Amino acid sequence: MPARTAWVSYAATLGALLPLPVLFYDFWTGQLGANPLQRAEQQTGLLALVLLLLSLACTPLRLLASRLGTRLLWPARVRKTLGLTGALYALVHLGIYLLDRGPGLLDFLQDALKRPYITVGLTALLLLIPLVLTSRKDSVRKMGFVRWQALHRLTYLVGALGVLHFWWSVKKDHTESLMAAGVLLVLFALRFLKKTPQLKKQQEEKKFL
Amino acid sequence: APSKKIYQGPYDTSEPMSALEDITGYNNYYEFGVEKSDPARNAGKLKTRPWSVVIDGMVKKPQTVDIDTLQSWFPLEDRLYRMRCVEGWSLVIPWMGFPLAALLRRIEPTSKARYVKFTALADPKQMPGVKAGVLDWPYVEGLRLDEAMHPLTLLAVGLEGKILPNQNGAPLRLVVPWKYGFKNIKAITRITLTDKQPTTTWSLIAPDEYGFYANVNPKVDHPRWSQATERRIGELARRPTLPFNGYAEEVAHLYKGMDLRRYF
Repeated sequence: MPARTAWVSYAATLGALLPLPVLFYDFWTGQLGANPLQRAEQQTGLLALVLLLLSLACTPLRLLASRLGTRLLWPARVRKTLGLTGALYALVHLGIYLLDRGPGLLDFLQDALKRPYITVGLTALLLLIPLVLTSRKDSVRKMGFVRWQALHRLTYLVGALGVLHFWWSVKKDHTESLMAAGVLLVLFALRFLKKTPQLKKQQEEKKFL
Repeated sequence: APSKKIYQGPYDTSEPMSALEDITGYNNYYEFGVEKSDPARNAGKLKTRPWSVVIDGMVKKPQTVDIDTLQSWFPLEDRLYRMRCVEGWSLVIPWMGFPLAALLRRIEPTSKARYVKFTALADPKQMPGVKAGVLDWPYVEGLRLDEAMHPLTLLAVGLEGKILPNQNGAPLRLVVPWKYGFKNIKAITRITLTDKQPTTTWSLIAPDEYGFYANVNPKVDHPRWSQATERRIGELARRPTLPFNGYAEEVAHLYKGMDLRRYF
């Protein structure tokens, strides 16, 4: 990566991770309001969804830029950071949910099957596991680009399940979940932008790495 | 200063009162926004005087009465009640008000009256949530006449001996402590006696999730979450939810023979 965009990567890592210690600090100092566990649960859930949507925005951004004749390299680099931190927040989100419910693994499993919004949320989290495990530097080479890419298209499914989970967990006002759904749809639509010949060539080359 | 009021009446809970900042800062009052902190922020400008309440329908003495006159008719009582929200949290709140039964006896329902319907203020100029939509305004709630006549059912005008803060439903709100909080309609402008079960706001929005009765019941879950436990605001661990919010001894007889799963 050219040196002049290297900072984007660091900024993304820092920006994505910073809310976590801030949340812990606010929790510890009683600044999360009257219902702190619920608030922390909602915030980590929202962070997970936003970061996953941002990671999904990276490739369309690169495609758009290439249509406009600019070759961007940094989106591909921050994509992994955004995806991994999104998965981290999803995990913390589940942890807070479990803490909120109190002990009883059997009850939790029953709940997970009985309540669609939990089923959907948990499915999304489970689908993130293979994506996290294949996010190592050498994963693409080991799996082959085509297989790796096919697997990582799951991110769209995770995003869709995440939006549905968000929608069902809200009592009324669906403004935020609607916005998330809209963003996801736009990103998905952008994937069908025609690739420029230059970009196509790039990707063909990658397949044979 | 800490409360010096003593709550030892027959209907008072012996549980400790919730923090006043939670009672007045953590509210569901969609007329002022959907966030818990919105009502405290937005309700301050609501004009609660002058305020008139229309009493109509199947009553012998229909009338429009000023709120100050209305509350001067009855001695005001302090009541420390549990309040359980359908979302799974609860508070212990020191209401001040008078039994709805006292008002009903005064206005004399006719022999045909079976239900009491309550209508709240819906003023888009004063209420940003009304302007934004979200629910079908005005907010409407209702009780069966025998529920309305129960001595626990209160019309509140105050909190901890002082005038009711706007975010808690000033100048007049309903308090039915054995039902989920959304039954406790705020900023009441109209009380109507009727022979038909009123269509209530939340049961209209999501009939499979919010029923007319809305009795607190740990055994009947909300379709999307369990009602078995609740978080008392201020505590970290959840506690078991009690049938009829702990008021079963007083009110369970009202629902004898009813299938509470069906009439949730």
